[in-house]
Amino acid sequence: MTDTGTQSTSTSAPSFPSDRTCPYQPPAGYQDLAARGPLTHVTLYDGRVVWLVTGHTEARSLLTDPRVSSDRRNPAFPVFAPRAEDQASVVVPLLGVDDPEHARQRRMLIPRFTVKHANALRPRIQLVVDGLIDTMLAKGSSAELVSAYSLPVPSMVICSLLGVPYADHDYFEGCSRRLVSAPTSAEAVAARDDLRDYLHRLVARKETEPGDGLLDELIAERLGDGQVDRDELVMMALLLLIAGHETTSNMISLGVYTLLEHPEQLAALRAAPGLMPTAVEELLRFLSIADGLVRVATEDIGIAGHTVRAGDGIVISTSLVNRDAAAYPGPDALDVGRSARHHVAFGYGVHQCLGQNLARAEMEIALGTLFTRIPDLHLAVAPGEVSVKPGDTLQGLHALPVAW
Amino acid sequence: MSPHRVSIDSGVCIGSGQCALTAPSVFDQDDDGFGMVRPGREDGAGEPMVKEAVRACPVQAITLEEV
Repeated sequence: MTDTGTQSTSTSAPSFPSDRTCPYQPPAGYQDLAARGPLTHVTLYDGRVVWLVTGHTEARSLLTDPRVSSDRRNPAFPVFAPRAEDQASVVVPLLGVDDPEHARQRRMLIPRFTVKHANALRPRIQLVVDGLIDTMLAKGSSAELVSAYSLPVPSMVICSLLGVPYADHDYFEGCSRRLVSAPTSAEAVAARDDLRDYLHRLVARKETEPGDGLLDELIAERLGDGQVDRDELVMMALLLLIAGHETTSNMISLGVYTLLEHPEQLAALRAAPGLMPTAVEELLRFLSIADGLVRVATEDIGIAGHTVRAGDGIVISTSLVNRDAAAYPGPDALDVGRSARHHVAFGYGVHQCLGQNLARAEMEIALGTLFTRIPDLHLAVAPGEVSVKPGDTLQGLHALPVAW
Repeated sequence: MSPHRVSIDSGVCIGSGQCALTAPSVFDQDDDGFGMVRPGREDGAGEPMVKEAVRACPVQAITLEEV
């Protein structure tokens, strides 16, 4: 890797990622990485040195650059965590492939993920949310919010959207958790295979007993005429199932924790409920739960005084990009009234989150309804006692004990 | 605001819906999920958020021309 920049003050490449201590702040040491400039070098767990992107302009530029690839089959694609070591062995649809393959897959799905569709699902989301809060209130005056609320909300919504029986949610949530958090590659592969087998059985069942979900629609409209084969359909469904619940769940529980820890912001939001969409954007920016978008350069790219060489690995730290002071004044302050527009919490470029409009609707309803219906909600443990997920996976809380 | 012409390149659009979210009075999404300019709003309808929508588009599929 050649560095033609002039501002390189250190030749060392610190290890990346690190674990958060405070659930809503980037880990200690990340600010030092950002201070090195919009692009710097870091070392991944396997010893590989890659570019770390921390600048907002540079991140948006690289994420839209056709010389930057998401193809995980490329042997030069960086491996972010041991669990992903075998990633080249299976084609990950959508997020693991480039255009035109990616565009073909995405176009099959976008009709069901529009702003209109997300808004049409709001009454159903509201029913799910109210039902879960009813259950929490009926059970007493305390709850573990991740299992009682933040995980079931998106799980029930994505099951309903896909047409996956919610009765199976325990099973696939377990598989999904192993897949995104397993310490080893072998465990992640086993979890993925379990999920894949489950979905193959489900697709087979749906071919004879169709329902009214997205999966049923894809079977009827795309599988029948050969636009998609069974394996690809199953892998796409698997991705939607995983992407559709772990991410939003983490945002809901982390969002609740963050607002409880910023009572003046929560009060501002209560005083002006119309701020909720703005507040959700700010929480997305502030929390940046998918902190490490991984890419590989396929050609040399000159950017910010550096040359990213063909074959170089690129990791975009969304937590640092979303706290670039050039884009967001006072970036380390949570401000539910600010315009957090143009954050990269959902990524940017052709791979920007397919489910973002649905995620926004879920977050707005889940956060708004919880604080309205349980106005004296508070943490049931000291703030420092909540357990934070490790830095090499989606950021969030393992559990969130609350009371009222 | 001087007269404008707003258009979307549907060959580039990925259906993220950012335009429809940012400036819903000017943008919508069609049945296939692609962004579209609402009929009669091709001049931007004086909506200041159109510029924000251009910037929000993750694939720069929106063109805003002064005419």
